[in-house]
Amino acid sequence: MGKVGIIGVGQSAFVRGFPGSIRELAFEGFKECMKDAQTSVKDIDATIVCSAPEYDKQRSPAGVFAEYLGLTPQPTFYVETLCSSSTTGLKLAYSLVKSGLHDVVLVLGFQKMSEISSAESQERMGRGADIQWESPFGTMMPAYYAMHARAHMAKYGTTPEDLALIRVKASTYGQINEKAVYRKAVTADMFTDPASPMSGPVASPLRVGDCCANADGSSCIIVANEEKAKAFSKKPVWILGIGAASAPVNMAGRDLFSGLSVGEIAGQQAFKMAGVTPKDIDVAEVHDCFTIAELMAYENLGFAKPGEGRELIRSKATYKEGTIPVNVDGGLLSKGHPIGATGGSQVRTIVLQLRGEAGNMQVKDPQIGLVHNIGGVGLYGNVLILGR
Amino acid sequence: MAIKKEQDLRFKKFGTVSFTAITKTNDFVSYLEQGKVMGTKCKDCGMTFFPPRADCYKCLASNMEWFEVTGKGRLVTYSKLEYGPVGFEAELPYAIALADYGTYKVFGRLSKNIPENEIKVGMELKTVVNQLPNGQVNYVFEKA
Repeated sequence: MGKVGIIGVGQSAFVRGFPGSIRELAFEGFKECMKDAQTSVKDIDATIVCSAPEYDKQRSPAGVFAEYLGLTPQPTFYVETLCSSSTTGLKLAYSLVKSGLHDVVLVLGFQKMSEISSAESQERMGRGADIQWESPFGTMMPAYYAMHARAHMAKYGTTPEDLALIRVKASTYGQINEKAVYRKAVTADMFTDPASPMSGPVASPLRVGDCCANADGSSCIIVANEEKAKAFSKKPVWILGIGAASAPVNMAGRDLFSGLSVGEIAGQQAFKMAGVTPKDIDVAEVHDCFTIAELMAYENLGFAKPGEGRELIRSKATYKEGTIPVNVDGGLLSKGHPIGATGGSQVRTIVLQLRGEAGNMQVKDPQIGLVHNIGGVGLYGNVLILGR
Repeated sequence: MAIKKEQDLRFKKFGTVSFTAITKTNDFVSYLEQGKVMGTKCKDCGMTFFPPRADCYKCLASNMEWFEVTGKGRLVTYSKLEYGPVGFEAELPYAIALADYGTYKVFGRLSKNIPENEIKVGMELKTVVNQLPNGQVNYVFEKA
C-alpha cells in the first residue's frame, strides 16, 4: 500500500469574538486549505468535522458544513476527543485513505468559544473530565494541569520561573504570527509584577500567564493517497507515523502526575511506526494548553529525560534557532486554543515548516516534524510524525 | 392510569453541584449522610474501586460490596483555585487534591482547616464527610 500525504492546509485567524456563525467560521479555514491544495469540492471524497461539543447550539455540525462548503452529496461525519478532536479526525482520514475506501479526505476542525462566557467555558471544559465523581468538587482544566505542575515541582524541583520562560517563548512567536490571537510580548518579570495581568493567580501554582488564550477559529487539512497527492501537490508532506492513546478519566485511576501517559504512549507508537527517534525531529508542535503541559511534553516525547525538561527552556533549545524548536508559531499559549481547530492548526504549522513556507517562523531546512495534541487532562493523546 | 415509578435521585446531593442524578452507586450518598466515605469491592475477583462503581470490568460481574475509606492517605498533589466554574464562585478560594491510600486513590477537596503553609505534597491526610451550607454533602481531606 502507498503512502498518505497532506496536500493542503489552512486555518482562520484565531480571534476573540469571531463576527459570524460557525459555518462562516468553518469557511475561513476551508477557503485557505482549498486554495493551498488547488482542489475543487468535486475532488473531496469525504469530510470529517471535528470540535468539542456544547460551545454552540448546533447539533451534528457535519451536515451543516457539508452543505455550506459545497461538499454534498459526499459522506460526512463528526468526531470529537475534546482538544485533540482534529488530529483524531486526521487519524480517521488517514485510515479511510490507507484502506482504499477514499482517495481524498478533508478534515475540518472548528470552535466558537465566544458564544459562552469564560466561567461557562471553564464549566464545559471541567465536564470534559469525570462529571460523576470530580466535577461536583468544582474542577476546571487549569486546576487539573496545576495539579500536574505541583507534582512536577515536588518531584523534580521545577520552578514557576521555568514555567514563565515557556510563555515568554510562546509570546516571542505569537508576536510574529499574523494568525495568533495574542500578539503582545510577555516577559518573565510580568509573572512577579502584581500590576501585570500575567501574575494573577488562577489555580496554584499556575497564573494567568501560564494559561492558553481562548479563541474562535477553524482549521482544515486535506489528505490524499500517494498517487493523488503527487498529482495535486508539488510538495506533499507524508504522514510517517501516528500514535494515539487514552488514560483513566478520574485522577484517582492514574499513577503518573508529573507527565501525561497518553503523550508517552502515543509518542512511542508514532516513533516506532515512522522508524525515527526523538533526536530525528527537526521541528515540533506540542500541546501547550498550559506552560506545564509543554514542559511535560518535552519529557513525554523523549526530547528530555523526565525531570530535565526545564533545561531545554532555560537553554533556549526549543527556540527557533535551538536544537529542537517547539511551538515556534506561538503555540496554544499565544496563537490561541480554539479547541476543535487546534490540532489541525498544529498540523498546518508543521506542514508549512516542512515545505519551507513558514515565513519569519521558518526553522532551518527541517526534514521531519512532530505534532503532539492532547484532549482533556491527558484523557486522549495523538502524536503524528510528518516528513517531506 | 399508569403509576409513575418513583426515581432514586439521591446522587443529586453529592457535591456543591451534582451533574449526575441516577446511578447504581446511589448508596454512596446515603453512606456520606451516615458519616462514611465508601468505595466498592468486587465480591467475585476482589478488585477494589474508588471512586465506587457498580460493575467490574475485570470479571464482568456486578456483584459489589462496600468498604469504608479509613486510615491515612498521603497528599499526591493539589491546586488552590482562585477562579471557579459556574456554580462554585461562592466557595472560592478552595483546593482540590488527590490522596493516595496505597491500594486506591481518592480525589476530593482539601479542608479549609489546614493552614496553607502546612500543605505539603506527601503529608498524611484522612478523608472525612463534609456537610455543605446549601444542603449538599461531599468529603474533604483533613490533616491526619
